[in-house]
Amino acid sequence: MTATDTPDTATDTGLPAGWEMVIGLEVHAELATATKMFSPAPNRFGGDPNTNVHPVCLGLPGTLPVVNAKAIELAIRIGLALNCTVQRCVFARKNYFYPDMPKDYQISQYEEALNVDGHLELPSGAVIGIERAHLEEDTGKSTHMGASGRIHDAGYSLVDYNRAGVPLIEIVSRPDLRTPDQAREYVDELRSILVTIGASDGKMEEGSLRVDANVSVRPVGSTELRTRCEIKNVNSLRSLGRAILYEARRHVSLYEAGERPIQETRHWDEEAGRTRSGRSKEEAEDYRYFPDPDLVPVDPSPEWVDEIRAALPPLPSQRRAALVERGAPTAGAAIAVGRDLDGLALAAIEAGADAERVITHVANNLAIEGAEHLSPAHFADLIRMETAGELTATQAKQVLADMVATGRPPADIAAEKGFQAMDSNELETLVNGIVDANPDEWARFCAGDDKSRGKLQGFFTGQVMKATKGQADGKAVNALLMARLARDTA
Amino acid sequence: MTDPVTLPDGTPVTARAGLASAVDTAAAVRAGTSSATEVLEAHLARIEAADGALHAFNHVMADRARADAAAVDAAVAAGRDPGPLAGVTVALKDNLCTRGVPTTCSSRILEGWTPPYDATVVERLRAAGAVLVGKTNLDEFAMGSSTENSAFGPTRNPWDPARVPGGSSGGSAAAVAAGLTTVALGSDTGGSIRQPAALCGVVGVKPTYGLVSRYGLVAFASSLDQIGPFAPTVADAAVVLEAIAGHDRRDSTSIPQPAPGLTAQLGEGVEGLRIGIVSELSGQGIDGFEPDVLARLHEAADALTSAGAKIDTVSVPSAVAGLSAYYMIAPAEASSNLARYDGVRYGLRREAPNTAAMMAASRTAGFGPEVKRRIMLGTYALSAGYWDAFYGRAQRIRTVMIAEFAKVYENFDLLICPTSPCVAFEFGAKADPLTMYLNDVCTIPSNLTGQPAISVPFGTDATGLPVGIQVMAPLLGEAAMFRAAAALEQAAAGKES
Repeated sequence: MTATDTPDTATDTGLPAGWEMVIGLEVHAELATATKMFSPAPNRFGGDPNTNVHPVCLGLPGTLPVVNAKAIELAIRIGLALNCTVQRCVFARKNYFYPDMPKDYQISQYEEALNVDGHLELPSGAVIGIERAHLEEDTGKSTHMGASGRIHDAGYSLVDYNRAGVPLIEIVSRPDLRTPDQAREYVDELRSILVTIGASDGKMEEGSLRVDANVSVRPVGSTELRTRCEIKNVNSLRSLGRAILYEARRHVSLYEAGERPIQETRHWDEEAGRTRSGRSKEEAEDYRYFPDPDLVPVDPSPEWVDEIRAALPPLPSQRRAALVERGAPTAGAAIAVGRDLDGLALAAIEAGADAERVITHVANNLAIEGAEHLSPAHFADLIRMETAGELTATQAKQVLADMVATGRPPADIAAEKGFQAMDSNELETLVNGIVDANPDEWARFCAGDDKSRGKLQGFFTGQVMKATKGQADGKAVNALLMARLARDTA
Repeated sequence: MTDPVTLPDGTPVTARAGLASAVDTAAAVRAGTSSATEVLEAHLARIEAADGALHAFNHVMADRARADAAAVDAAVAAGRDPGPLAGVTVALKDNLCTRGVPTTCSSRILEGWTPPYDATVVERLRAAGAVLVGKTNLDEFAMGSSTENSAFGPTRNPWDPARVPGGSSGGSAAAVAAGLTTVALGSDTGGSIRQPAALCGVVGVKPTYGLVSRYGLVAFASSLDQIGPFAPTVADAAVVLEAIAGHDRRDSTSIPQPAPGLTAQLGEGVEGLRIGIVSELSGQGIDGFEPDVLARLHEAADALTSAGAKIDTVSVPSAVAGLSAYYMIAPAEASSNLARYDGVRYGLRREAPNTAAMMAASRTAGFGPEVKRRIMLGTYALSAGYWDAFYGRAQRIRTVMIAEFAKVYENFDLLICPTSPCVAFEFGAKADPLTMYLNDVCTIPSNLTGQPAISVPFGTDATGLPVGIQVMAPLLGEAAMFRAAAALEQAAAGKES
């Protein structure tokens, strides 16, 4: 495969032997405030063009920015959740001409950012450094009306400033990520944190969460940082993985051909499955940063930071740990937290239910919608009935669905449905009867290898279920079949 | 001798006879012995008669002013107090936003733009009962010291129409000097209120940075800009400043505490005040100070001594370096503040094949030469590789200067010097930008330090052109500053009679 080929999947393991990726991510997230960063206009997605605006965020002559205290608070929450140092910060102007930007400068933070030197521990265990998480304002959006849709030869452009001035946090990781999967895991975890602490809705599809990737490669074992390219226009986690892999392979093939990449911004082309050169750093604009004289430094008091810290809800990592500590399997705990059903799971476990069964239901069987109606006590009762053999796994699943719909206790539902687990002797007799009634299938089952057995196993289980009207426990049936197999082939 | 602009009856516009002060006007309107409408109509008639020759106004808001005046009169008739500026006419420098009224900054680039909101000072003036008569001419975006940089033509000095009124708030200064309005507001970034006040023979105040909200003032250099009054008397300036000062949540640099009272202490005199003459700003080591101007300064010092102040000479070496620092910092901020005039959203637009070319063409056509010069200077000062040598160094000088003035104010209550090294000069006399910039040497330090300063008329030169004396004070030291200004005003009046 050459570097210009499109990788088959984003999870492709990656690079030719001897090379590793060095990835740093810049994540922009819109903060969930009621009003904009420096303007009283509403911070609201959608709406008719240029309706969520005010003289301040339109940058009209004579207007002045005023910092939104809620944005600072949300940004501090983010900083604390990412283990950053929260410090006195200064807003700076980043100057460049662009029609999306009402003032032709963006208010950002440059030398003195609000949050610095943090880290994020991924569910898989890797610890990724956070260089900084600073505040800035979003731009508007242009629509280019013309042949190609590109700004350079558009017939005309329409600009919507509804998004202009929306508060953004830019979270810059250190170049600590090594694979596309890890990059996706990082964004996923970060998004989960932002949503958990109420700082952002984290919707990549609406653009409230945007990711740029800085990618370079180096020989395995080296600690050098080679020339990196910044990839923009990555609109989903899947694209992120594909874009990083594509770019890293491009770098490797350049090095292997005796060439080297140039530092530049590249745009991900989702359809073509490749990155394309944007502006190179040599031609890059000089942003002429300087402290914004219309704003004063923000110096959060230690008391305020402590207050915000104390009010932080448990983070996804803490929530996963809480489940795992109580006997939940790691992978299932992550799913439970991801589905935001870990509170229910935890309560059920505390009420005495078996942790593994709880997680199985929460991760696989319980719809997120309506789950808030489920009483943890009833849920724990259900699990107890199941582990006591009063209900099969299949029956338990059906009862659970009814519990969510009606809010009634599991015993009532099970009684009404006439569910009762079969006595194990009774079931063994039934299984032996079915085996004896189908000698040819049983002979083939005994002679078959593991693979061909699967189909016949399904046949026998099906017969048992038919005979019991679905009330038999599938696991118990399988166990009985295996026991019989062991006896008959001994 | 000077040859002032005259009214149709031959009276010089600069003659004060028959013109009421703001304090007297408000008292009469509040008492019902005069009406706001009468006061306004007299001013509108005077504007009609004299502004053709002066060009102090870009726009006269006659209809809106009549409605304002009628509302004031209705309030008085209904037994309500319209406020401390009841019926007082105020002109606004045309870089202060007025809802529904064009705000041009005397620039082509804002052609056709009308603000959808009022500046905070406009709201406060109206709440105090003032009647806003119009928008006055200025150097484009307040960049200049003569109003020669206005895209709509210069304003003429009422004392001699062959001479500049100073700038950048030349229109406001001329309008007050000619009695076209009782008082006016200007903005002062490097002397733009005080220098034209001196050249036109009126009082002009640059308050402490942050005392008056900048919300609605079209920015030139945000860390230096401050709004302040022009008035015929020190007491009038105090009343207007009291009305517009005070915290405003819409300006993050606004001082979050109540503004100090000024009028109550105005007559308390200068007994015991320690006042320093800044040697560097009084001709020591710098050329260009006119002998008559320095003579008036020394007479002013003598007058203050006679009134009981202790006068001494003091050296503030960094004061002169302020000029260079200012001409880095102000253009740097301006280069960013003026970026928004790009033809995309409002104002002038020149069509071009693509957006970048449209922006360049609009800016090329919309800005005058001085604005372009400062945008280029500022862009250069902020550029990678030059930042530290220019913008960074200028900020360090500013820091040194602030420390040096703070030290001086340990031993002095106030400082004095001429407001301008020279009296009003003829049009075209300072065509070289550097010569023009040097004119700001005395006023710039207060902008860099954020400290307040006032210019008070104090006699004339040999040809009869007004001379202004500047009184400077530490941060929020306005009360003592106004007391000294009132003492100088009194001494000047005594000298004349």
